[in-house]
Amino acid sequence: MEDTVIRAEGLTKFYRMGEVEVQALRGLSMRIERGESVAIMGPSGSGKTTLMNILGCLDRPTGGEYILDGEKVSGLNDDQLASIRNRKIGFVFQSFNLLQRTSALANVELPLSYANLQNDGRERAIAALRAVGLESRMKHRPTELSGGEQQRVAIARALVNEPAILMADEPTGNLDSKVGQGIMDLLLSLNRESNTTLLIITHDPRIAAQTQRTIHIQDGLVEENIQ
Amino acid sequence: MKITRVLQGTFTSLSANKLRTGLTILGIVIGVAAVIAMLSVGQGAQNSITSSISSIGTNLLFVSAGSEPRFGGGGFAAAVRNVKALTMADAQALIDPFQAPAVQAVAPILQGGNISAAANGQTTTTTIYGVTSNYFSMRNEQVSEGAFFNDQQVNTHARVAVIGTDLATTLFGRTTNLTGQELRINGQTFTIIGVLQSKGGSSLGSSDNQAIIPLTTARDRVIRRAGTTVDSIYIQATSATTVSEASTQISNIMRLRHHVAVGKEDFSIFNQQDLASSASSIISVLTIFLGGIAAISLLVGGIGIMNIMLVSVTERTREIGLRKAVGARNRDILIQFMMESLFLSLLGGFIGVFLGWLISLIIGYVASASGTSLTPSVSLNAVLMATLFSAAVGLFFGIYPARRAASLEPVEALRYE
Repeated sequence: MEDTVIRAEGLTKFYRMGEVEVQALRGLSMRIERGESVAIMGPSGSGKTTLMNILGCLDRPTGGEYILDGEKVSGLNDDQLASIRNRKIGFVFQSFNLLQRTSALANVELPLSYANLQNDGRERAIAALRAVGLESRMKHRPTELSGGEQQRVAIARALVNEPAILMADEPTGNLDSKVGQGIMDLLLSLNRESNTTLLIITHDPRIAAQTQRTIHIQDGLVEENIQ
Repeated sequence: MKITRVLQGTFTSLSANKLRTGLTILGIVIGVAAVIAMLSVGQGAQNSITSSISSIGTNLLFVSAGSEPRFGGGGFAAAVRNVKALTMADAQALIDPFQAPAVQAVAPILQGGNISAAANGQTTTTTIYGVTSNYFSMRNEQVSEGAFFNDQQVNTHARVAVIGTDLATTLFGRTTNLTGQELRINGQTFTIIGVLQSKGGSSLGSSDNQAIIPLTTARDRVIRRAGTTVDSIYIQATSATTVSEASTQISNIMRLRHHVAVGKEDFSIFNQQDLASSASSIISVLTIFLGGIAAISLLVGGIGIMNIMLVSVTERTREIGLRKAVGARNRDILIQFMMESLFLSLLGGFIGVFLGWLISLIIGYVASASGTSLTPSVSLNAVLMATLFSAAVGLFFGIYPARRAASLEPVEALRYE
């Protein structure tokens, strides 16, 4: 197994907004090793959301090369990208993005349902909920859970397919600082104990300070600081 | 993605908004119910007309004077000039085992409408038939009491009558205990010897308001015609397969007797099958017409499904983005939304079939309560067609919203507020 989870070389991304061409990424290169915890910081407009979308295989770069967990991602079609997202990436969003009408367990099972499993994977979903400490509440719907609990369900959902990397986009942005710290502790302990690579996008220096390394993005390029 | 999971998801999302789901289904329900009800009533009308035509008798042909078919009391103006009337001799000539082997029986008829009938202090008008005794068996007539007259009564110009139930009710206020009662037809006194079984209002050419008397007596006293003229001749073919043969043979004999060329006939031959097929083709056209109108409402229901599915796609944009983020392919999203619209339309289809069946039962009940024998019949074909059609509507109108959902970009869908 390769030790580099993310290797990006000279990523560029151009958007056309009407007449104006926006250069969101201008040849960005970066690497993340297996088991690292990394924060990406940058002011709004710096291109960090675009970077997150490309690293998360939700969007394609205009140019450059991106290798995720040994698989070359640039040049894949929609279905292949969907499969990569399903197998290799676990997403945690600021606004949780849980399906309101189904139970916590069904939410965690969602990625499994797109994974072509032989069995229904219920055991794995229950194990993921146990890992975030919500096994007892798995029959509850998101509306019956607190914000912190909802984000824990989302983390369990991200973990259930045993991804190569966990990508969290402002995971504490919708939570108060105490609950937010609980979520950070959970993410960091998952990183330490299960060796899950962790990538957090944030604008909060206190969050970034808890990771091993922070990558600063400015004008579509990296200014790296190693702590 | 496994089909059970897809179905589970479909059920969850549709049951989340029950009122909306119900109203969407209602559009399809009404459409399918209307189609089923129309088709089944049409089928029922066809059945009842066919059966009433066959109740006239079996394997019957009718010969009348003039070049247009003249069936029953009505008629068209003759298009051929110098029409020779039908006579008793014509009728006799048709019973010819060599020239007309397909003819089994012949009954000459004298017929008069609006003839006064009086009894029991009541007066009314009725239709009088002067017939020979074999008329009854040819026409499948039955008596509810008494008997028909026989050959001897015909030969002796007996003043006897068999009357229909409506006439009996009008004159006597009852339909039983009437044999032996006196009846004055056109001022002449007749004795009632039998009462006909009712054939119902819809039966062709045999209204229940009639009196049947011997042909000889009718000629003498009620329906005066020149010489031995008769109004029409009923012919029974030997079997259902020989009806058209009989028609040809009758034509040949009549042409010879009336000295007319082919194409210039001064008589017309009409048979039951012609009557049945022309009646049923009229009904078919009506059924298709009404069914087509009903199908338009099914189309409107389909547009309702499309509308709601589009709303649903917009509402669930974030959900679609999330599903894509965790690994749903475009195809998975497409299938998910197609299943929802298919489920809506099929459920609507099933409820609609049931409702349509119920409506046709009610129509049948109302029809029979108002004295028309119409039994709507829901055919398996109609049910299959309506179900398939509603499924097709669901698929057709589901494709566009589902494609729209499937083609959403995950990045933009996740950012959607």
